[in-house]
Amino acid sequence: MNILAIFKREFRGYFVTPVAYVFIAIFLFLNGLFTFYLGAFYESNQADLEPFFRFHPWLYLFLIPAIAMRLWSEERKTGTIELLMTLPITTAEAVVGKYLAAWCFTGVALVLTFPIWLTVNYLGNPDNTVILASYIGSMIMAGGFLAIGSCISALTKNQVIAFVISVVICFLFILSGFPMVLDLFRNWAPQAITDAIASFSFLTHFSSIKKGVIDIRDIIYFAALISFWLYANVVVIDARKAS
Amino acid sequence: MTTEVAKPVIDVRALDKRFEQIHAVRGVSFSVHQGEVLGFLGPNGAGKSTTMKMIAGFLEPTGGTILVCGNQVLEEPIKVKKAIGYLPEGAPLYGEMTVYRFLDFIADIRGLNGAYKKKRIDEIIKIINIGSVVNQTIETLSKGYKRRVGLAQAILHDPQVLILDEPTDGLDPNQKFEVRNLIREMAADKAIIISTHILEEVDAVCTRAIIIASGQILFDGTPDELHGRSASRNIEEAFRLITTQHYRGKGESVQS
Repeated sequence: MNILAIFKREFRGYFVTPVAYVFIAIFLFLNGLFTFYLGAFYESNQADLEPFFRFHPWLYLFLIPAIAMRLWSEERKTGTIELLMTLPITTAEAVVGKYLAAWCFTGVALVLTFPIWLTVNYLGNPDNTVILASYIGSMIMAGGFLAIGSCISALTKNQVIAFVISVVICFLFILSGFPMVLDLFRNWAPQAITDAIASFSFLTHFSSIKKGVIDIRDIIYFAALISFWLYANVVVIDARKAS
Repeated sequence: MTTEVAKPVIDVRALDKRFEQIHAVRGVSFSVHQGEVLGFLGPNGAGKSTTMKMIAGFLEPTGGTILVCGNQVLEEPIKVKKAIGYLPEGAPLYGEMTVYRFLDFIADIRGLNGAYKKKRIDEIIKIINIGSVVNQTIETLSKGYKRRVGLAQAILHDPQVLILDEPTDGLDPNQKFEVRNLIREMAADKAIIISTHILEEVDAVCTRAIIIASGQILFDGTPDELHGRSASRNIEEAFRLITTQHYRGKGESVQS
């Protein structure tokens, strides 16, 4: 139950500082902005939330590293990592507990976008199962970004560095599915390589999800990605003990 | 622990720690039995904190072994950490939590639950005398209170082993007196290591003293023996003699 104790401590931590409120406010504001202006939600005249979900990868690109950067950097900076890691818990328990708390916090922010769901239901008759699937997919994708950010945060006690590096890595994971990037490879590389690069992209895996199709392959992709980065997170923390 | 032949609760053998450039701890060996309060003395950067961090399982030794209650720190880290109460250097705490919530969190991790948990937290709050600040966030506390919260966290689960890195640093004279009394009261059924810069503390609470400099043990004996190292039986002078001899390169590593 160590994971639960750490989860509770971390999750509560968001709400006793202004972090939670600032994050949620900005998340909701940007979501609205993107959906209505860039996504042309009204003008599209369609009762679905595609314009809303379309921008989530871009929103997460900056907002998730902002959440993740403090996960381990702050513990290092304030020295509390010494307190935490001399308690009778495994490194994995600490990593997972912290990660789940941050993920649930992201979930809270995502759930608070419900007015847009109410709006689209008021204006038309959307397919709500598609919307639910998209929400789940968005949540899973956020988990992917978060796992990267958490691992990077363990590398440094400087939160700014953690943020910048996380954004860059997350950006690469988005970019690798972009037609522009894939075209660069398509001209000379074998199809298999282009496909492999595309298959690493968040966009590739999110594109079907945002249409409401939850494909088991996309789930496996994100599950593997999250597992890999959290495992790396544990390795990074354990390596510091021996340094 | 068997009672026939008392095995040491903490047994450190040939402990070694290298950081990239620095050889911080060089072949340190000592043991601590139940009922002992071992005082770690030595100049800044001598390797006191590094040794304590290794016993507490925060740093991995480069060489040597550490046994706590019969368990190897590297092989059974969870068992060892359960047996230890640890106050890290500078008493780092989660500043955004209230004192009570913080102790509640530690109690959860330490496996205390239900009515016992509440009773124990209340008890500790009384023992450590932090009742007036339980609902304050830790970052608003004075240095002395923070140190005491760190101490409360370390003794909450009534551990067999206590490792306290400068437990009285930043406390006022009255608080120092209280903490020393507390350590003495707890000493009978525990093995305790404290590090300190205050030599009078050795007389006040320690049953044994170890002086470390440049990662090596220069003295290991009772406070009385330490006094005896100086002609005038002055502990400060004894400390100076032992450590400066070493730095002049003449001192041989003395163990009694």
